[in-house]
Amino acid sequence: MQLFVDVGSYCRLIYEAIRSSTEVGMYRKSVVSEMVKTGLDSLPIIILAGFFTGAVMTIQTSYQLVAGFIPPSTIGAIVSQSLLIELAAVISALVLAGRVGARIATELGTMAVSEQIDALESMGFNSVTYLVMPRVLAGVLMFPVIYVAAVVAGICGGLMASLLTGTLPVSDFMLGARQVFTPADVSFGVIKSFVFGYIITSISCFKGYFAVGGAEGVGQATTQAAVLSCIYILVADFVLAFLLL
Amino acid sequence: MIEIKNLTKSFGDTLVWRDVSLSVEEGETLAVIGKSGSGKSVLMKHFNVLLYPDSGEVLIDGMNVFEIRYARLRKLRQRFGVLFQGAALFDSISAFENVAFPLRFFSDLNDKQIDDRVMESLELVNLADIGNKSPAELSGGMKKRIGLARAIVMKPEYLLYDEPTSGLDPQTSDEINDLIISMADTLDITSIVVTHDMHSVLRVADKVAFLDKQLLSWYGTLDEMRKSDHEDLNAFVRASEYTI
Repeated sequence: MQLFVDVGSYCRLIYEAIRSSTEVGMYRKSVVSEMVKTGLDSLPIIILAGFFTGAVMTIQTSYQLVAGFIPPSTIGAIVSQSLLIELAAVISALVLAGRVGARIATELGTMAVSEQIDALESMGFNSVTYLVMPRVLAGVLMFPVIYVAAVVAGICGGLMASLLTGTLPVSDFMLGARQVFTPADVSFGVIKSFVFGYIITSISCFKGYFAVGGAEGVGQATTQAAVLSCIYILVADFVLAFLLL
Repeated sequence: MIEIKNLTKSFGDTLVWRDVSLSVEEGETLAVIGKSGSGKSVLMKHFNVLLYPDSGEVLIDGMNVFEIRYARLRKLRQRFGVLFQGAALFDSISAFENVAFPLRFFSDLNDKQIDDRVMESLELVNLADIGNKSPAELSGGMKKRIGLARAIVMKPEYLLYDEPTSGLDPQTSDEINDLIISMADTLDITSIVVTHDMHSVLRVADKVAFLDKQLLSWYGTLDEMRKSDHEDLNAFVRASEYTI
């Protein structure tokens, strides 16, 4: 029963956000600041995660493809394509489900339990327009940028690993990457990152906005936001792969 | 004028109160009193439709506020100023900006005029020198006063106070009571004060509504309350160590 109530509340929240999206003046400034918090501030952790993912994947792929008849450039092909169509988007989304999702749920949850959302409504604001719309919009706009950063960092990590371990020449890595590259793979990754950005920000807004019960309630909302975001990212990843590949 | 007619509210299976009916005339101050958990704040949130009842009406100038559409409701809410129990200041901006906040979105004033209006409100609550302090740097009493300055900055017709003196020392409570009286007198604002502080009630109220046992147990003027032989009301007042 609670599941239906939650789904209904989530749909109403998103409907209200979309319906009131024409009130640009209410959230224009907030969108910019949310884009900075969601995107720019997340870049260091995303670059780090992407870099080491690319590096580890290069070492592991080299280890698994030890047969002499497989050209070394295959490693570059596997690593770069895996980053483009899967790893960069999913790993950055899982990292940001914790970083961005938890921040949004905590912010809105604290506002909910300390009556700040009631204060906004009582002043005549549409609190959904002011609080939810800019966060979801910033997530949808910035996740593709984060995805690109993760891909670039991952390939740099792969290049560094191949250089340091001497498993394959850098030129072979790049050759393999170029051979399998297609714009469709990038489009697929960008679509995924749009969807993941929406999932993380909308679920976190929903959990935070409806938080009740003081500090414990905010803690629960934050945990649920991070966990549910991770679950729906994995489900969406499967659905998108099934539909688009 | 605000009229409440046969208002009933429950959360799930839990009845908060039923058949509450009362009215507040222009310029009057109504104190809503009752034990913790009697639904005083819940009642207050029906005045500006932060909550909807199970049944009943709240009429403002004859218009049932629960029947109007959201766009119009937002305009209606701007006729109310609200001082929340914990002040509900936005902690990401300064105290000054908290007061300026509604003006920046809902007025045609330029920056200079906004600054002047904010200073005017801050002077009314005796905090003109607040500067750019953040809410975290303020004491409980100062937070309430900033909350009050924010509530009056849009020049509302009605002021709702949710436990304005709770958690404050007696001296600061008295300062807040003085401000409530001063708001009603100087700005001619109709006020609804939710409190269990009888000292505050005796100082600021024209009328008193006593919520008890899921009902509006007693309702009348302050003078009528002094003469009342209502057992529960008198027990509540006696428990507050006040003689009326």
